[in-house]
Amino acid sequence: MSLGRILPLAGFAVLVALFGFGIWWNTDHATNYVPSPLVGKAAPAFDLPRLQQPEQRVAKSDLLGHAYLLNVFASWCFACGEEHPVLMAHRGSLGVPLIGYNYKDVPDDARAWLARHGNPYSEVIVDRSGRTAIDFGIYGAPETFLVDAGGIIRYKHIGPLTPDIIADELMPAIAAARGAR
Amino acid sequence: MSRLRHIALLLAVLLCLGLAGLAQAIEPLPFKNEAQRLRFQHLTSELRCMVCQDESLNASQADLARDLRLKIFTMMQEGKSDEQIKQYLVDRYSQFILYDPPLQPHTWLLWFGPGLVLLCGAGALWLFVRRRSRPDAPAATAGDDNW
Repeated sequence: MSLGRILPLAGFAVLVALFGFGIWWNTDHATNYVPSPLVGKAAPAFDLPRLQQPEQRVAKSDLLGHAYLLNVFASWCFACGEEHPVLMAHRGSLGVPLIGYNYKDVPDDARAWLARHGNPYSEVIVDRSGRTAIDFGIYGAPETFLVDAGGIIRYKHIGPLTPDIIADELMPAIAAARGAR
Repeated sequence: MSRLRHIALLLAVLLCLGLAGLAQAIEPLPFKNEAQRLRFQHLTSELRCMVCQDESLNASQADLARDLRLKIFTMMQEGKSDEQIKQYLVDRYSQFILYDPPLQPHTWLLWFGPGLVLLCGAGALWLFVRRRSRPDAPAATAGDDNW
C-alpha cells in the first residue's frame, strides 16, 4: 500500500481519536471545575459576623483546634437548593461541625431561606461584600472547604455535594484530617 | 456595494465603541490618572473571569468580576505591582485565571503543541510532494489516486 493512501487514513484516525478524547473528557470532567491551589495551605484569615447574631463575629482563630467544614451558600444560589437536602441528611454523620458561609447574600434573605428549608449549619458566618471570599478563591456557590484542626485546607469541592461525593471523597478526607491531628 | 460595506463597518465600530462606553459607565473607578487607568485596563484584560471563563475580567459584567476588579484596583492603590497582583490571584484561583500562562513543564504542550502540529503537517506535505515530483515514483502510475 502506498504512503499516499495511508496518509489520509492516518490523518483521519488521528482526528477521530482527538475528537473522541474531547467528548470523553468533557462528559467525564466538569469544564468549570478548577482545582484550588489552596488545598494543603493555610486557610486565609477571616473575621466575619454571625448570621443569627450580627453583633458577634467569628474569626479563623476561634475555629482552630478542631476540623470543620465550611460550606459556601447563598439564598440566591440555585444549586445550593439542590445541595441543601443532602446537607440536612448528612450533617449528623460527618463527624465534624458544618459551618455555613453565607456568600454575597442579603442576611434577611439568608435567615428566611434557612427558616424555610431547615438549618443544617452549627454556625453561619456572613460575607456580604464577598471580599473575604476572594481570599478563599471562591468563585461560585456552593463550594465546600474542609479545614483541619491546624487551620489547613485539606479538601475542596466545587459544586453541590452529593451522597456519592460525600461517601467517596469527603468522608475519606475528613477521616484523614482528623487522623492527622 | 463597497460603500454599503463601509457603512456597515462604520456602524459595527460605532456599536462597539458605544458598548465599551456603556461598560465603563456602569463602574467608574476613581483612577489617579490616565496611565493608571490604562494599566488597569491592560491588567484586567489579561485575567480570566472565573465564572464566565470565556470572558476577561475587563469585559465581564459578572458579580465576581466586579469584586475582583475592585480588589485589583485597591491593590493598585496600595502600590502593588502587576506581578504581585497576578501572583495574589494565582495563589487563590490557580493559573487558570491567567490568559497568558507562563512557560512551565506542564504548559509545554499548550505552548509548543501548535508548532508540533505544524511540523507534522509540513513533514507530511514534504513527503507527499517529494513522491509526486519523482517521475519514476510508483505513485505516478496510480492515475486514479487523485485525492
